[in-house]
Amino acid sequence: MKIQSNHFGQEAAINLKDEALAFAVKKATRKAFDGRLQAMAEISTEHGEQIRMQAASAKRRVLENLPALLELAEQRMTENGMQVLWAKDESEACELVLEIAKDHQAGQIVKGKSMLTEEIGLNDALQKAGVSVLETDLGEYILQLNHEYPSHIVTPVLHKTKESIRDLFIKETGMPFTNDAGQIAGHARKLLRNAFLTADMGITGGNFIVAETGTLCLATNEGNGRMVTSLPRIHVALVGIEKIVATMEDFATLTQALSRSATGQKITVYTNMINGPRRPEDQDGPEKVFVIFVDNGRSKIYASKYAEALACIRCGACLNACPVYHQIGGHPYGWVYPGPIGSIITPLMKGLENASPLPYASSLCGACKVACPVDIDIPRMLLELRNDLVETKLSAPMMNFMMKAWMIVMASKLGYSLSGKAAAWFTNLFPIQKILPPPFNGWAKYRQFPQFSNRSFHSMWKEKAKKDG
Amino acid sequence: MHLSEHESPKGKKVSLFITCMGDMLYPETGMSVVEILEHLDMEVDFPAEQTCCGQPAYNAGYWKEAKKVAETFLDAFEESSVIVTPSGSCAAMVREIYPKLFKDDPKNLPRVERIKRITWEFTEFIVEGLGIENLNLRLPKHTVFAFHDSCHSLRHTESKSASRTLMANIENAEVVELESAETCCGFGGVFSVKMADLSGAMLKDKLDSILACPAKVLCGDISCMAHINGGLALRNSDVRMQHLADFLAGSLKNNENSI
Ligand code: SF4
Repeated sequence: MKIQSNHFGQEAAINLKDEALAFAVKKATRKAFDGRLQAMAEISTEHGEQIRMQAASAKRRVLENLPALLELAEQRMTENGMQVLWAKDESEACELVLEIAKDHQAGQIVKGKSMLTEEIGLNDALQKAGVSVLETDLGEYILQLNHEYPSHIVTPVLHKTKESIRDLFIKETGMPFTNDAGQIAGHARKLLRNAFLTADMGITGGNFIVAETGTLCLATNEGNGRMVTSLPRIHVALVGIEKIVATMEDFATLTQALSRSATGQKITVYTNMINGPRRPEDQDGPEKVFVIFVDNGRSKIYASKYAEALACIRCGACLNACPVYHQIGGHPYGWVYPGPIGSIITPLMKGLENASPLPYASSLCGACKVACPVDIDIPRMLLELRNDLVETKLSAPMMNFMMKAWMIVMASKLGYSLSGKAAAWFTNLFPIQKILPPPFNGWAKYRQFPQFSNRSFHSMWKEKAKKDG
Repeated sequence: MHLSEHESPKGKKVSLFITCMGDMLYPETGMSVVEILEHLDMEVDFPAEQTCCGQPAYNAGYWKEAKKVAETFLDAFEESSVIVTPSGSCAAMVREIYPKLFKDDPKNLPRVERIKRITWEFTEFIVEGLGIENLNLRLPKHTVFAFHDSCHSLRHTESKSASRTLMANIENAEVVELESAETCCGFGGVFSVKMADLSGAMLKDKLDSILACPAKVLCGDISCMAHINGGLALRNSDVRMQHLADFLAGSLKNNENSI
């Protein structure tokens, strides 16, 4: 997917005018937000916080020991009969998948939901090579039909209304008219079922990989994950190198942290724990399982002050909690990962110069950090990225100038008091609201510019001191 | 939990940090804080060299500039034993961000370590610092209030519980919660300038919930006040949020007059 993040401002402005979108996004995020709160406090508030802290430390322990855990995972998975491959970037990852498809004469592929495959542009690469690929997660299927990208990492069609999905199915698949969501889903299910039965190869992502046992874990709700990983002859899983967890116990903690935070469930409807290809005594399952570990910029993040971003378990809670995301949904962020965590990993993976508005797409309210089940300090990293923008001279010259001027004024008592007086004089004398130059005119569009007081506290205090003797 | 390392301020002189916005936009709020503290028998001073904590530059990514201004703060409050401010975000700046800004500055770091333990937001100072939960106030008639909690008061200071505690002990006052009370009003300093439309949309939602609420809305943070009241003014509404310190000081005066 081509990155568009530098157009964040324009795209956000377009979405701000779209009332149907705002309605859909606010409704869906509110439901997910409340669901998470309820699920986390199910036993008690303290318990929810304990899950969070346990999950956070499980992921932090991974980050302290990532290279060794990756080696262990490779060893155990190989012992389990899976083939482990490594891809340093997106083109290597796509090539590996294409090779596997070619080696196994796989012309038809079904896919489970995977943000990593969006990140590496796998569908495009496959289609260019003449391989047909079908998304089987209902949300992803809808997007594929409509040639769109996900706007949320867990609920990819969150920006769409039921009616628009209905119309799409009628137009693209000849579905008879219905307003019943169950019937719409039933129609899609029928179409997808055939594809599962005829596909040669299934592709999935992976939510966790348990290093000590060499287990690939998938959390899904629709059951398509189970079909994709058990019906076709070949199963290929693409996972980011940060998806490792050390122990089965850590997995138990993290999978419930993920379910509770993502959808307000105690656990997802399906939890697949894959320990290898079909064994002679098994009734079904693929003949071969390939696991491709993808780096694609992750080891660079690992070595930086942003390493904690790799603790992310892609639950989407920070998106659901973010008041900016509520207003505009995910598309304006301009790449695969939207919302607060997207504003961090997009510039880190695609370059700060290609995503320079994103670190500023936040009021730093901190709701994301509180929501995050692994306690990632998103506001801290947004601030660090802003500082990186300034330090690498990517910040706007006008801002640089204003901040320098501000510093000179604020660092001197005299400058400070004179500027206060000047501001009071100026705002009282002129219709400041109307004559503000950019970038402040935007401010005045939504709020009355504050009236500066004729007397500062400094002068009030002096008077008081005189009076009190 | 944000105050675990704080020294007890009891019996010590209090230095007021008015903040740059408070100084220029809401000086009366500073006076209200002084009146309440003096009413509680605290000695208050006002270090005249103070300007700004540096937060606007820090949040915009200009850390060198922020540090330079933060140094003037350290100088201004060098002699202070207790610092109290009517703005949670500025208290959080001093307590949480200064240690980061000065981590490689051995000359100033000890000053920062001292100052972060003596800096309080106004309501947490009264409740957590002085241990006073009841200001012995009574309102002439039953009145319903709601709070706009600033993001810092929710997530970086103990002000949310402190302000509720103070209000709960006022006779005839009842506190209800605003719809979406914990959602940001959209200010965010540089955010409201750089992303004015987005910030404006967030403000709109906040104004809607304030105007839909029949309660009188109080706030403990000067920057949210400037932002939200500016929005209310542009809507030609008569409703305004009031700073908690102004409300408390006003009630204090009314009580004294009626005794
Ligand atoms: S940053 Fe935290 S809240 Fe956001 S998606 Fe990742 S794990 Fe979930």
